[in-house]
Amino acid sequence: MEQELRELYQQVILDHNKSPRNFRLIEHPTNFAEGYNPLCGDNINIFLSVNDEGIIEDISFQGSGCAISKASASLMTSILKGKTVEEAEKLFERFHELVTDKLGDNPDIDDLGKLAVFAGVREFPARVKCASLAWHTMISALHNKKEKVITE
Amino acid sequence: MDLKINSDVNGTKIIYDIEKIREDFPILKTKVHGKPLVYLDNAATTQKPFYVIDKTNNYYNKYNANIHRGVHALSQEATEEFESARIIVKNFINALGKNEIVFTRGTTESINLVASSYGRKNIKEGDEIIISTMEHHSNIVPWQMLCAEKKAKLKVIPINDAGEIIFEEYEKMINEKTKLISVAYASNSLGTVNPVKKIIDLAHSYNIPVMLDAAQAVNHLKIDVQELACDFLAFSGHKLYGPTGIGILYGKVNHLENMPPYQGGGDMISKVTFEETTYNELPHKFEAGTPDIAGAIGLGAAIEYVQQIGLDNIAHYENKLLHYATDAVSDLQGLRIIGTAKEKISVLSFHLENVHPHDVGTFLDFEGVAIRTGHHCTQPLMRRFNVPATSRASFGLYNTKEEVDILVNGLKKILEVFG
Repeated sequence: MEQELRELYQQVILDHNKSPRNFRLIEHPTNFAEGYNPLCGDNINIFLSVNDEGIIEDISFQGSGCAISKASASLMTSILKGKTVEEAEKLFERFHELVTDKLGDNPDIDDLGKLAVFAGVREFPARVKCASLAWHTMISALHNKKEKVITE
Repeated sequence: MDLKINSDVNGTKIIYDIEKIREDFPILKTKVHGKPLVYLDNAATTQKPFYVIDKTNNYYNKYNANIHRGVHALSQEATEEFESARIIVKNFINALGKNEIVFTRGTTESINLVASSYGRKNIKEGDEIIISTMEHHSNIVPWQMLCAEKKAKLKVIPINDAGEIIFEEYEKMINEKTKLISVAYASNSLGTVNPVKKIIDLAHSYNIPVMLDAAQAVNHLKIDVQELACDFLAFSGHKLYGPTGIGILYGKVNHLENMPPYQGGGDMISKVTFEETTYNELPHKFEAGTPDIAGAIGLGAAIEYVQQIGLDNIAHYENKLLHYATDAVSDLQGLRIIGTAKEKISVLSFHLENVHPHDVGTFLDFEGVAIRTGHHCTQPLMRRFNVPATSRASFGLYNTKEEVDILVNGLKKILEVFG
């Protein structure tokens, strides 16, 4: 396999694609959003249970997509469990910088932990949307809740 | 199996000189990720031969001028070349007259023209328009828009698991409310060639006009609009080895005469005062503004090019190539072909178990192989087959057995990685 391809399809990604973690429904989520990429037809639904302290107690996903989008959703849900909403938003920003090659002044990606396996995506501009679909959906789910809170 | 040898009706062997044909297409020498380009995305757009590129350049290099108005030499030459392209198209599809050939931007605009002009005039509340499940979005959305405006109903002919129209269902669908039928001649996603002659004959027995979306048929099948007796037919230049931005609407002259103009502007008028405008004669009534002159000339050249090889020869060659590819992928574990109609153009759509088409596309790209992955602008059809997307290899007149082998080897590698 070519170097660039190997970096895109790392073993961790192939593994999460084959056996995705948190691939299930949460019966009564506090937050939910449907993610859809009209370009390829990928759809990823994100379910969250956020407690009153703003901690993500549970997070899961369902849907269909390519290896990159599925692995991204799987790893994202694994990492965000137990994090606060603020931490999730911060990680989203950093993840986005990583896959769009905009790490700029903070090239150290230790804070991203396992998410570093998505570094190879930056060589494939057409696949950035695949990697970030789950994240955008998660953010949208969190924001919907906020809006709901305001209107209630 | 030798793809290169074809026999005509008298049994004379005709050699299909693939090496020579490939020399006509400069882009085929391109490398992708260091590997020779294997271009298998011909249903999206085809590559252009030198003959088309040169004819198009020649217009810009030697006689660029606007048409139908200047008395100067360049304008006259441009007009002559533009109008001879129209005659080439007319002869190519065997239309009755050149006034039945309208230049448009492509198949999509041709369908929109009919929906806007013919549709708005003739479709009333409660009327029904029939399309099929395998239509491209461009043969769904214009009719949906028209139906929403007129409170008419869009009805969809179902298809079987092979991807063929269920003719009995179509028969049942026709009633006194049916006012128009618009179907693909051949499907871009499945490759199915529809029984258009039968569809038209039945519709005409009830006096219902039929439009054919021939975007995918035009470079594979010989089209004779008089024999088909279709009322409208649309196709694009760029799927026929011609330029993008140019397409054709064929319409029977009695329809076109009774239709209001589609767009207003220059060239479509014969006399304008601030009180009243008299429209120009056919086909100019439907060609407002300066057209894609180079595109039309390029389309004419593309038709000359395929006619020189012979559409029958091309169809025969592509058909053998499709069979070779179909057999070759059939051995692959977990591969399901989407679209197994008895009569097909050279389109091979498939789904690999546990591997998403996007991943297939990225891997094949590194082998130099260009295929299309996604829903192919046929989302309702994807739902019919219960897949989000497919991978599609589509073959053109310059593809080879060796290229099919490269595709199949690429797929084998993918199965190793994802298996």
